Amino acid sequence: MRIDCPLCGSRDMREFYYQGAAVALARPAPDAGEAAWDDYVHLRDNPAGQTRELWHHEAGCSAWLVVTRDTVSHEISKVALAADVKEAGA
Amino acid sequence: MRFSGWRVLREGLTGNKGWTPHWRDPEPKPEYDAVIIGGGGHGLSTAYYLAKNHGMTNIAVLEKGYLGGGNVGRNTTIVRANYFLQGNSEFYSHSLKLWEGMEKDLNYNAMHSQRGLINLFHSDGQRDAFARRGNAMINQGDDAVLLDREGVRRYLPYLDFDNGRFPIYGGLLHPRGGTARHDAVAWGFARGADQRGVDLIQQCEVTGIDIENGKVRGVQTTRGPIRARKVGIVVAGRSGQVAAMAGMRLPIESHVLQAFVSEGVKPVIDHVVSFGMGHFYISQSDKGGLVFGGDLDFYASYAQRGNMPMMEHVMEAGMTLMPMIGKARVLRSWGGIMDMTPDGSPIIDKTDTEGLFIDCGWCYGGFKAVPGSGFSFAHLMATGEHHAPAAKFRLDRFRTGAGLMDEEGTGAQHNLH
Repeated sequence: MRIDCPLCGSRDMREFYYQGAAVALARPAPDAGEAAWDDYVHLRDNPAGQTRELWHHEAGCSAWLVVTRDTVSHEISKVALAADVKEAGA
Repeated sequence: MRFSGWRVLREGLTGNKGWTPHWRDPEPKPEYDAVIIGGGGHGLSTAYYLAKNHGMTNIAVLEKGYLGGGNVGRNTTIVRANYFLQGNSEFYSHSLKLWEGMEKDLNYNAMHSQRGLINLFHSDGQRDAFARRGNAMINQGDDAVLLDREGVRRYLPYLDFDNGRFPIYGGLLHPRGGTARHDAVAWGFARGADQRGVDLIQQCEVTGIDIENGKVRGVQTTRGPIRARKVGIVVAGRSGQVAAMAGMRLPIESHVLQAFVSEGVKPVIDHVVSFGMGHFYISQSDKGGLVFGGDLDFYASYAQRGNMPMMEHVMEAGMTLMPMIGKARVLRSWGGIMDMTPDGSPIIDKTDTEGLFIDCGWCYGGFKAVPGSGFSFAHLMATGEHHAPAAKFRLDRFRTGAGLMDEEGTGAQHNLH
């Protein structure tokens, strides 16, 4: 897999650290309750198909990226800066 | 048909014309007492023990592909009971005991070979950790022998003992650890279940789970609806999709784990050798192939194949540990889809839906658990009570934080196991 970093261009996946499903974009409030936090920390949709993930360009520009990827074909359809996605409210 | 040496001899002398199919190919009935979703190792052993231990023979196993076509046919065949934490250690200890009686019980040759497993260590600190693990194994009633450097050299003279980064200080020998012929384990349980009346239905994909007033009523399949008051989900990497049919989200992320086999060579590696610091382990199959693997690729995947960086890492680790294998050619590589839980330990539990049970989260360690998982899951499905050796595999441990079993001590969080 190669990931097209918006800042650095297309790079080998070895430069990136995989964080997981992009749930961190919608972190619950501290007092949201047990169910909301269980949902956020543990439960996953775990789709076979399109998924949104957080990857960290650890050995590059250090940006956090939201990667839209197919878990069956490994095809990456979209890469965006997590900061931009967060700002856009998605 | 019963297998025996006498039978092999007779068939050999009469043209091998007397062998019969190992199981029937029945049409699904409209209703069963229980339905198991998933015809892999765990599903088949669950069906076998439901029939054998609990007299439940009006049951079916539904498999969307063919029996044993998933992870039970895609692993590196290691069987061991060297866990440290309570919850895991009694379960794997029980499972290993079942392995030891399984071939006789099933009248099936699974080529279970207790050739010994050696976990290597490379520092004083690691030696202490392995001594502690060995003591835990002995306390559990299993076996462990702490080997020093010369002790390891007696067994594994071919290792690079003076590697600059990972010099070998010793190893923890688990004499009852070993390997088994993975497909035969699935086939043996399938045959045993079939002989007791269980319907093994292949090419039958479950497309929905019927629930009324919080109780399970049956399943929808590509071969029509099937009614059942008890349904067990045993689908490993696909757990998320099947659980979603019952409106559940699981603490599971599916990842790909690769494995490799070399061309066949003469006997050279007599044990299972585990090089934890390089995430590398290896054994030699009875055909002569060196069977080895490494760590997860570490991204969510359903592809059953991995990427090149992990292949390269595994080959490097192998060359670091035992440079001699550089002369062997890699024959094949493949991937299996691991149902990873946040703490790296499995789940055998009821769900919020009455009559619906789930057995999942085996991460990259499901093969050795095949008999134990089926035994305990069958107990839960038949009696409604948790089986003692698997009583800590609770689904709610993540929500409550109580009873987490994090063998690696890295935290109960996705992506750390």
